[in-house]
Amino acid sequence: MPTLTIDGKEVTVDAGTTVLQACEEVGVTVPRFCYHERLSIAGNCRMCLVDMEKAPKPIASCAMPAGEGMVIHTDTERVKTAREGVMEFLLINHPLDCPVRDQGGECELQDQSVAFGGGISRYDENKRAVGDKNMGPLIATTMTRCIHCMRCVRFSDEIAGVDGMGSLGRGEHTEVVTYLDGLLDTELSGNVIDLCPVGALTSKPYAFTARSWELTETNAIDVMDAVGSNITVDTRDGAVMRVLPRLNEDVNEEWISDKTRFSYDGIKKQRLDQPYVRKSGKLVEATWDEAFNAVKKGIKGLKGKEIAGLVGDVAEMESMLAFKDLLGTLGSKRIEARQDGAALDTSVRAGYLMNTGIAGIEDADYILLVGTNPRVDAPMVNARIRKAVVKISLTVANVGSAEDLSYAVEEFGDDATLLKAIKTGRHDIAKALKAAKKPMIIVGQAALAREDGAAILKKARDIADKYCMAEGWNGFNVLHTAASRVGALDLGLTAAGGIDAILDDAEANKLKAVFLLGADEFDSAALKKTFTVYIGTHGDEGVKQADVILPGTVYTEKSGTYVNTEGRVQRSEKASKAPGDARDDWTILRALSDVIGETLPYNSLAELRMKLMAAAPASRTLDTLPTEEWGDFGTDGEIEKGGIQPAIDNFYLTNTIARASAIMADCVSAREGDQQEALKVMGGSHG
Amino acid sequence: MTALIQAAKSLLLKEFVAAFWLSIKYMFAPKVTINYPYEKGPISPRFRGEHALRRYANGEERCIACKLCEAICPAQAITIEAEPRDDGSRRTTRYDIDMTKCIYCGFCQEACPVDAIVEGPNFEFATETRAELMYDKNKLLANGDRWERVIASNIAADAPYR
Repeated sequence: MPTLTIDGKEVTVDAGTTVLQACEEVGVTVPRFCYHERLSIAGNCRMCLVDMEKAPKPIASCAMPAGEGMVIHTDTERVKTAREGVMEFLLINHPLDCPVRDQGGECELQDQSVAFGGGISRYDENKRAVGDKNMGPLIATTMTRCIHCMRCVRFSDEIAGVDGMGSLGRGEHTEVVTYLDGLLDTELSGNVIDLCPVGALTSKPYAFTARSWELTETNAIDVMDAVGSNITVDTRDGAVMRVLPRLNEDVNEEWISDKTRFSYDGIKKQRLDQPYVRKSGKLVEATWDEAFNAVKKGIKGLKGKEIAGLVGDVAEMESMLAFKDLLGTLGSKRIEARQDGAALDTSVRAGYLMNTGIAGIEDADYILLVGTNPRVDAPMVNARIRKAVVKISLTVANVGSAEDLSYAVEEFGDDATLLKAIKTGRHDIAKALKAAKKPMIIVGQAALAREDGAAILKKARDIADKYCMAEGWNGFNVLHTAASRVGALDLGLTAAGGIDAILDDAEANKLKAVFLLGADEFDSAALKKTFTVYIGTHGDEGVKQADVILPGTVYTEKSGTYVNTEGRVQRSEKASKAPGDARDDWTILRALSDVIGETLPYNSLAELRMKLMAAAPASRTLDTLPTEEWGDFGTDGEIEKGGIQPAIDNFYLTNTIARASAIMADCVSAREGDQQEALKVMGGSHG
Repeated sequence: MTALIQAAKSLLLKEFVAAFWLSIKYMFAPKVTINYPYEKGPISPRFRGEHALRRYANGEERCIACKLCEAICPAQAITIEAEPRDDGSRRTTRYDIDMTKCIYCGFCQEACPVDAIVEGPNFEFATETRAELMYDKNKLLANGDRWERVIASNIAADAPYR
């Protein structure tokens, strides 16, 4: 615990702390470009120079460990001239056309040159020019602006775990490149845009559309996966301009996945902006009254058991509760949220949560993945696992299809019957689990969505019960892929037989009416004969058989409560305006209830939330990781031999918003193009 | 005595004569009024009149859609929307000035890094309808084309003091 003096203030810091971090602790600002809390220390920008007594020259504070008795000055004349000198060198080759570039207004170089620079330029010679690099459809590059801080290189190397980026050349000829001039092959590539302290790497879809100072920031929760990443939605005149990550150490740290960041253009495309009613086989535009009356006519005389409901993957808790209540007034309790058929059990809350928590991964020393590919199921969880693998040499074992997870994984094949061997303790994994102090088992939707999912869940529970429990440690984890799933399970939106039984009954004409709340991830052909009401946002799978369409809102357009895969309840704020006649889903359900039956007992969002707290007690506590009682769940059964298929085919196309997004479509075709290119190169080298 | 002097002044029409003399003097002096609109007074090169968007000599528009003018406008009279043009450069798709809001402070031309938006020497742009005072990009560019020579010479004249 060295004690040092910074600008006359004494401070004691942990051993291994750098001088720069110590400065921050006493509230002294030290300018920097290359230093970043979550990346390794590089010390190549020299902006953080400070004076240390008895040192012949200024020291780079980011790379100097704090030592006992150090006396640091950050306000001397020498520090000032050193900073001005570094700034002048950095600006020698940096273009001074800030007004043209998107980074202008939120640029670290711009800010720090105003705060610490000399104010004049003495450089009249020609500036260096560097060719732009191709980094795919998401990242625009202007490499002339690069100041070689290498944050992007360190990010892709350390956090994302891909080695596609690096620097070539020396001195003035240094260039940051993607080695094969291709994509950055990671789901986290967008984060280099935030990391870049200058305008060298900027967002391609956002290019030139808005300036940082005209955007309104709204805190929201992402619905692209079940992690519930904390995001800021930047809007201008009610339209979403971009999505940025918001710091939450327990969930997404300061990263977000590319799908979270770039799928926002899907919010504006293919939207349902007014009600439709099917008349003689064709969907015709209608008013709200006509649509409600069509629903009333469609369900007239139907019994409760002839009606069922399906809930989609991006619904928030409020509308799910209103949906449940509405169908309840019609006499139906048959509502299903598990569109993928996952055999999740609602009897014990710990049985469908990620009990260890995302941050808890960093404490674990052994992880067993069962039927999950966290890299596509939940990139933020994968980043956390990688962090732990790199930092504390965590061991990861995988039972499921072998994928590149960006870190070393012990593969044990994809045969689900392995779980039986692990349970009995004969398998190597069982020995490793036993030896580990804080082991985790992460069960994915790919395993649970199998025919024998309930048996797999039971087996995983038993394994967790046997090996993964310790004092204050619950190592049983379910990794969800749908943002609405845990909230739906908290509300008990499951039906016996699951979605398959509902679709079979619909086909057999046992069900006469089906209500869809943004449900699009199933084959809607089974709903041909039923009267189908679709409440949702996009023209996707769900509207194909719909008889009445009621346009709802997407996640940026409403204030909603979401529960992530950990069981953490988070609230999102309304950021943008809904298009046309679209309304918040719960208001639609409330208005519909007026027409078709009993009026639902809430007139405002606040009243609805009071009811929500009663219906799902877990939703009372916001932003905390719950500790749930352990119990028995799952159904004993025979696990069949056979591989576990991946839960997600294409990372970029997992929900309606992403499927409507042109940027996501570009990503898919760029990935495919890149793969073909790689095949060509390989073919060429063989021939 | 005072009454005597007063009487003499009145009898000799002193004030009448003095006024008459003043009139005659001004009759031969150079005139201060001008025959507007056929004659116009001189204006400073810094005069802040009707706005114009300028082009470079090769016809390329100067404006790069940096939105600094929009940001600084105290009356919030300027509205800009931008997009990458086909050649990848940053350009406006919309550049509107509400001339009824504008207070002619000149901040926009001060903020402009490329001398694109300027307040030209034209002060005669009264309109018959209010709608005509909502200037769009075409109108502003046309203004720039029309007044370019004067604007350029004004900027050149003011250059040593900027």
